[in-house]
Amino acid sequence: MHELSIVTHVAETLDEIAAENGITRIGSVTLEIGEVSGIITDYFVDCWDYFKVRHPLLREAVLKLEEIKAVTFCEDCKREYETVKYAKICPYCGSEHTFLVTGNECNIKEIEAETD
Amino acid sequence: MKVIELHKSVTESNDRDAEKLRRELRQQGVLLINVMSSAGSGKTTLLSRIIRDLGKELRIAVLEADIDAQVDAERIAALGARSIQVHTDGMCHMDAGMTRRGLEEMGLAETDLAFLENIGNLICPAEYDTGAGKKLMILSVPEGDDKPLKYPLMFRESDVLVVTKIDALPYFNFDLEKLVERVHHLNPAIRIYPVSAKTGEGMEALEAWLREAVREWKVPAQL
Repeated sequence: MHELSIVTHVAETLDEIAAENGITRIGSVTLEIGEVSGIITDYFVDCWDYFKVRHPLLREAVLKLEEIKAVTFCEDCKREYETVKYAKICPYCGSEHTFLVTGNECNIKEIEAETD
Repeated sequence: MKVIELHKSVTESNDRDAEKLRRELRQQGVLLINVMSSAGSGKTTLLSRIIRDLGKELRIAVLEADIDAQVDAERIAALGARSIQVHTDGMCHMDAGMTRRGLEEMGLAETDLAFLENIGNLICPAEYDTGAGKKLMILSVPEGDDKPLKYPLMFRESDVLVVTKIDALPYFNFDLEKLVERVHHLNPAIRIYPVSAKTGEGMEALEAWLREAVREWKVPAQL
């Protein structure tokens, strides 16, 4: 999908944070990626490796990815179930009135950094 | 090295840029509409028709985003509307930063209505806020009435759905009623306009909506 542009958005956010906090070097970046966010982690890692050597702040940054399981909630029977296994229809009561609780994330969880 | 916890969404910086751009456009009285659809749905043909029909009463500009090539901007410019071609160099969608640079390059003085013709694809453009005031998506009859099932986010995010090429309805197995039902299931507030840019059928209703949207946009926002 759009892995490379996500990498550039991560870099932009980290540039801002570095400027605000006097960060000179980033050792690692931990991202939380939802299971149904549409991000393909293999591509993402390739894009990261391509991009980071061109971006001084990230040159040495190790990428750590943590997956967040996709969970859907059923409004009718009030139960939660695995999204990837059952999709939109609730496996307990057959309802379509369901919504995704977690699984669509793409968050920067934390970074390891050196400051002035 | 120390650990700094951030818990920030990756799209946060884009969302902020988009909100800023939208506010500025509102102050300038320019309604920017993000036009999204698959490749080949008839975006440029629809916009050409709108420019021909409304070009005398509204000052219209078009930002053409494509991965490459110039043909769309040339078609629009031939109709006398201001246009600029933006190349995303392989990117599958426009974000707020690219949209701002394109608009600044084109210039927005004396503009009422600007269209951003996004990259032809029903997935990525839906996920990025460009700073547009309204989102309009196009689905053409040959694409099929099952698309809301496959690309729900796009239908959920849009303010308006224009169903194009309805002159081709007799030749396709396309159930307009079923489509409307599926789309309203995902997004009860969306407005749906079936049109043919070729014959002009349905264009009047869509253009009435556009006029009204521009008028509303120009009313200073209540603060």
